[in-house]
Amino acid sequence: MRRGKPAASNLLGALPFAPRLTPDGTRLPIRDRIGDWIFPPKGPEIGPVVLGQRRVYILPTKAGLLFAATLVLLLIGSINYNLSLGYILTFLLAGIGVVSILHTWRNLARVALRPSKARPVFAGGSACFHIVVENPGAHQRLSLAIELAGQSAVYFDVPPRDAQDVETSIPAVRRGMLRPGRFRIFTVYPVGLFHAWANVELDLHCLVYARPEPGHVPLPPAQAASGQGGASGVGEEDFVGLRTYRPGDSPRRIAWKVFARTDIFLTKEFSGSAASELWLNLADIPEMLGLEARLSRLTRWVIEAETAGQRFGMRMPGIEFEPEFGASHRDRCLHAIALYKPVHG
Amino acid sequence: MSSAAGLSPINLAALVVSVALVMAPHAWHLPLWIAAFGAMVLLTRFYLGYRRKPLPSRWLLLAAALAAVAGVALSYRTLYGRDVSVALLTVMAALKLMEMSKPRDTMIVVLLAYFLVITNFFYSQSIATALYMLAIVWIITATMINLQHQAGSPSLAAVLRHAASLIAQGVPIMLALFLLFPRVEGPLWGLPQVNYGARSGLSDVMSPGDVSSLSLSDDVAFRVLFETRPDKPSQLYWRGPVLWDFDGRTWRTGQIYTANSVEFEALGPPLNYTVTLEPHDQRWMFAIDLPMRAAPKSYFSVDYQMLARRPVRERIRYDMQSVPSYRTGINEHRMHLLRALRLPEEAAPRTRTLAASWRAELSRDRDIMLRALSMFREQPFIYTLAPPELGQNPVDQFLFETRSGFCEHYASAFTFLMRAAGIPARVVTGYLGGEINPVDGYLIVRQSEAHAWTEVWLQSEGWIRVDPTAAVSPLRIESGLAAAVPETDQVSLRARNRLQWLRKAGFAWDAVANSWNQWVLGYNPERQVRFLSHVGMEQATWQNMVIALMTASGLILLALGLLLLMRLSARRMDPVQRAYARFCQAMARRGAPRKPSEGPRDFAARLSLQIPHLKETVQRIAALYVALRYGGEKNPRVLEEFRQAVKALR
Repeated sequence: MRRGKPAASNLLGALPFAPRLTPDGTRLPIRDRIGDWIFPPKGPEIGPVVLGQRRVYILPTKAGLLFAATLVLLLIGSINYNLSLGYILTFLLAGIGVVSILHTWRNLARVALRPSKARPVFAGGSACFHIVVENPGAHQRLSLAIELAGQSAVYFDVPPRDAQDVETSIPAVRRGMLRPGRFRIFTVYPVGLFHAWANVELDLHCLVYARPEPGHVPLPPAQAASGQGGASGVGEEDFVGLRTYRPGDSPRRIAWKVFARTDIFLTKEFSGSAASELWLNLADIPEMLGLEARLSRLTRWVIEAETAGQRFGMRMPGIEFEPEFGASHRDRCLHAIALYKPVHG
Repeated sequence: MSSAAGLSPINLAALVVSVALVMAPHAWHLPLWIAAFGAMVLLTRFYLGYRRKPLPSRWLLLAAALAAVAGVALSYRTLYGRDVSVALLTVMAALKLMEMSKPRDTMIVVLLAYFLVITNFFYSQSIATALYMLAIVWIITATMINLQHQAGSPSLAAVLRHAASLIAQGVPIMLALFLLFPRVEGPLWGLPQVNYGARSGLSDVMSPGDVSSLSLSDDVAFRVLFETRPDKPSQLYWRGPVLWDFDGRTWRTGQIYTANSVEFEALGPPLNYTVTLEPHDQRWMFAIDLPMRAAPKSYFSVDYQMLARRPVRERIRYDMQSVPSYRTGINEHRMHLLRALRLPEEAAPRTRTLAASWRAELSRDRDIMLRALSMFREQPFIYTLAPPELGQNPVDQFLFETRSGFCEHYASAFTFLMRAAGIPARVVTGYLGGEINPVDGYLIVRQSEAHAWTEVWLQSEGWIRVDPTAAVSPLRIESGLAAAVPETDQVSLRARNRLQWLRKAGFAWDAVANSWNQWVLGYNPERQVRFLSHVGMEQATWQNMVIALMTASGLILLALGLLLLMRLSARRMDPVQRAYARFCQAMARRGAPRKPSEGPRDFAARLSLQIPHLKETVQRIAALYVALRYGGEKNPRVLEEFRQAVKALR
């Protein structure tokens, strides 16, 4: 796969079409805005989406217009100099041009598209969307391109009766659910004189976690477990014994040797030096930092705590996760932070 | 500085090769330095791209462009005209390649290459040129396709194949446009400046040796398609320049008087035919003596020369009607008769004496004329293509000393004799005979058939044609040149007609060349209207042509579209599965649909219980299906049996 520049035209830049913004905040190219104006987006379709005859549009490219102008010149030359072979050349090129409409259109028609799952990313990274493009027909689909959310187009081929997983990445600027919305699949193959395209909106989404605060951020001190006796507190340091596995226990604490012998999941318990629990609480971060910075720090804490193999709980206004171990617990917390909306009033 | 990166070596090579191939034929007619300049620029460009070196700066290119324009201006001493445009275009295309770095530039180079193709047609529109240019269009189109490959790089063969299929699919549209696009007679502005160069053919002067030198040329003068075949070759006197003025050595047409009306009396049935005249850069349009009316865009002079309004610089086609036997000029104007008697004072004293002696002896003009012809017949005159050189007094020398000559010697001497005897006479040049091409039925008249004869004016008979050559060598008129001249004379290989297979091949090739001329190169507005009326268009107006063109292109595109879109998504079931599906449908109609979980054997077993009277058929179908689908059975007979069995059930 190769990246090229988006073949966008700014010819009609002055026209007042409502500017839709791309996820990274730039304006959409005017062609997309005109497209949105004529065919308003209707929301995501449930995949797979087959590009039927009525969805594939085709118009000449700039090169196509230049080609047409060349044909006019050739025709005038042929008339003026009575060149029979000039006529033949002109008409043959016209024939090639007209036939190329069919070829370009055919290159795109009837492909099927379906979304593939995107892995969550941290804000500041790139969200990688995967679109699976299927070619049900007997012809090669060559030099198709997908242009997602104003990013540069990604080119790919799809062999006959095969599928291609197309990866497009978009900068993930802020936390939350990133939906790239409607995208364009297009082609100018084989001769670049015509541009066939279809606008498709698949249910593409990618969770963007809040950006973890950079640098080393010390974890908050563990607190005494409320309502529990000191000595028997569950901690991190000395092995105490085994208990039955509960979902959410870190895989690192599973007694694999026992499991190998008995087929029973048991979790190793340790006693902490301080019989305390680690609570990551949004309220513990000074409000003066601002919400996003506080969420960044909270994110960093979650990552640090999980990396350290600590058991931790997390609190935000209206949300509380009981202390747990493990990656899935971390992901749940990060998810909650990513989608956190402050409660006003 | 722009970088050459971004264009793959293969694409760069394809562009350079396309431009080089399309420019190559120009090397023959452009100044040498332009060819060298173009080659140098192209090679440099390829080297820079291949080595990924930076391209020269804008300023350097601008300087090179200005220098090239100055060079062209110096070479041609003008910056206007066709050849100059071709030179400039060539130079600029080469320099554009030097500047090319972005995708848009490559597209401009591709379009320039297409455009350069047409400039080659200024110089040649032969079949060979057409094939060469078709190959170039193929290469350019393949280059254009390769430029669009953004992901992966396909094989060269695949790209060439794709380009070929694009061109092949473009051909029907091309044909529709070629036949139906309403043609306009050019030029649209000005007269294209063309250097026609020297062309062989008859001219308005005739000195001894002029016609015989033409006889060595196999070039086609014109081709003729007869509606009614002439009875005998001696009817085929193709009338050309008529020469009146003689200076003792050279005959000239002199002043040409336009005829207001033509008067003649036909003495036999007319001949209908169509002439396709090769360009000869003169105004004569040839027709069988005597043409009944002038072809379009031409007129008659008083001596029946048919003259085009402009020199014939393109192949033209005209319908003609002629009467081979006629009577004309009985009431010839005195002025013209006096002109037909004029002779230079001091020329040919012995000839004059001879004529005077005849005049003294015979009173009737006709008798003098016959006496002169019998002199040629009876005395040892030789008809040859290689007569001895004639000195100061050619007529006397020929008649009394060398006595060997070609048709122009005889026509010249005979006309002189007549005038000296007081009989109005003039020299007529043209062609005699021609050769029927058995392949396409066209009569080919070549330069080697050039001829000269005399017209004599007799009281109450008018102008009559007298061919003194016929008196010397009747074979020339009946059998053509090669049979008439001595074996030792040098004539063209073709005229000697010794190599039969070569002649046959020559005829076949001429038929191809002629069809090319008639249908490809000669398809002009007039021909278009005629063709369209012939194939049934009632009124070949441009409106009707446009309608027909739209319809034709629509149908072509529809057919092409169906062809191209056929296997786009259709996952066609193979015939075995299709037949089995039909079988399942048939069973479903009988109230026993196949359950999705049931294989063919289970289904057949259930059907045997459920519909006992079909037990055998069902079992057979199941066995055949299993054999065909899973057993690797490939025999088409088995498949046919299976299908028939299913069919019988329905």
